[in-house]
Amino acid sequence: MISPKYAREIPQRYRLEAAKCKSCGKINFPPRLVCPRCKSREFETVRLSNEGKILTYTIIRVSSDTFSHQTPYAVAIIETNDGAKLMAMIADSDLNEIEIGKKVKLVFRKIQDEGVWGLHCYGYKAVLI
Amino acid sequence: MKEVAVIGVGMTNFGELWNKSIKDIFVEAALKAIDNAGVDHIDSMYIGTMSGGLFVGQEHIGAVMADYLGMNPVPATRVESACASGGTAFRQAYFEVASGSSEIVLASGVEKMTDGVDVTAALATAADQEYEVYNGVTFPGLYAMIANAHMHQYKTTREQLAAVAVKNHRNGKNNPNAQFRNEITIEQVLNSTLVADPLRLLDCSPVSDGGAAVILCSMELAKQFTDSPVRVIASAQASDTISLYERDSLTTLKAVSDAAAKAYKQAELKPDNIDIAEVHDCFTIAEIVVSEDLGFFEKGCGGAAVEEGKTSLEGQIPINTSGGLKSKGHPVGATGIAQIIELYEQLTGQAGKRQVKDARIGLAQNMGGSGASCTINILEAV
Ligand SMILES: [Zn+2]
Repeated sequence: MISPKYAREIPQRYRLEAAKCKSCGKINFPPRLVCPRCKSREFETVRLSNEGKILTYTIIRVSSDTFSHQTPYAVAIIETNDGAKLMAMIADSDLNEIEIGKKVKLVFRKIQDEGVWGLHCYGYKAVLI
Repeated sequence: MKEVAVIGVGMTNFGELWNKSIKDIFVEAALKAIDNAGVDHIDSMYIGTMSGGLFVGQEHIGAVMADYLGMNPVPATRVESACASGGTAFRQAYFEVASGSSEIVLASGVEKMTDGVDVTAALATAADQEYEVYNGVTFPGLYAMIANAHMHQYKTTREQLAAVAVKNHRNGKNNPNAQFRNEITIEQVLNSTLVADPLRLLDCSPVSDGGAAVILCSMELAKQFTDSPVRVIASAQASDTISLYERDSLTTLKAVSDAAAKAYKQAELKPDNIDIAEVHDCFTIAEIVVSEDLGFFEKGCGGAAVEEGKTSLEGQIPINTSGGLKSKGHPVGATGIAQIIELYEQLTGQAGKRQVKDARIGLAQNMGGSGASCTINILEAV
């Protein structure tokens, strides 16, 4: 059984679904009920570009227990080519190669195991290209 | 609105207080404040606590603390705004006195962090669980991303970050309540273990237990209790996006500049009228960014300012004379109140070896999460 908490985020985590504001055009990721830029409540669902660039990043050496078996790992703020922003782990890349401004591609990956039952949770990670 | 004064303060030592419970810590701080003010009762109390639930498995903190302080049936309200819980509790107490609905109010904060839980996970609940924390980020990680962006954009150096920790330890050495009363060197900071690049262990505030409390009443009433009340001349607050990635700028904490604009307007002051400031240096980069966003230095010049000694005890704007979160300790909910206590001691000439000569106006900036909430309180010596 997957948890409701996990299941309801699947459209964003698996398919990068975002809410584009019909009034001002801002792409909100994840979707919202009110556009923070113009207060409009009307959106259309769009899928984010899976390519973008690194705005900033860090290499996590000390994590919470959930991620401690993965340290060191990098996390970055990515701006996608359509101007949306998100936070993602960087996968399959040399930690020494990561720099602000470098191009990345978003890929589907396992992110963590949830709870004592260890439910596999998936989502997006960024890979240097 | 009535004019509001702080008339008494009290705090526990900050540190690893293994033989004291969250109740013991709160009551010790509250009793010290009550005794220091010389009041025989309080009409209401506010307690800032980030996460009694996660740290010690206790919620309903308001009721717990009113009971153990022996204050039933006084109304007791727990206030939560992550690491800004203390500053927010102070602001609520300020309003209750200013409105005239209560005469004497206790504003406090407490946190018990060393009882053995996953502190990194507990603190991370101040960020967005589904879109930041889910993807592996930690609080040091969020501020590390701000640091990398600031270093990239403004050429802020690793040594400038270290200079914040060195300065704050130098101040904290003379604070009897501080967790770390030792000086450190730039080399020690640069050689300490990496936590989240570029931030190292000595860039980070510690995990701490501690409590802090102050007593507020109207300026008219204050004269009955003390010859040296401290007047609250501004109390402002602002919010920003919960997620760091949503911000237009990764090198500015907009909630800080927004709250500062309101606070300066209320107090009819400019940044250069401030004599001393206690700011939220949860990580060294935070003090640099905040010192810019409060208007003390041009954007991008905060790193150079600390390196040049402009924020030292003898500098143009002494910052974190208490030792800051870095040296004094950071029991999350207590921090905002402990900042007020440092201002009170400075403005009443009781800061001992940390005393800034002729300090008349002090500013306290307390921040939650990666800057999603911020309170700014400005106090003036009378
Ligand atoms: Zn809009």
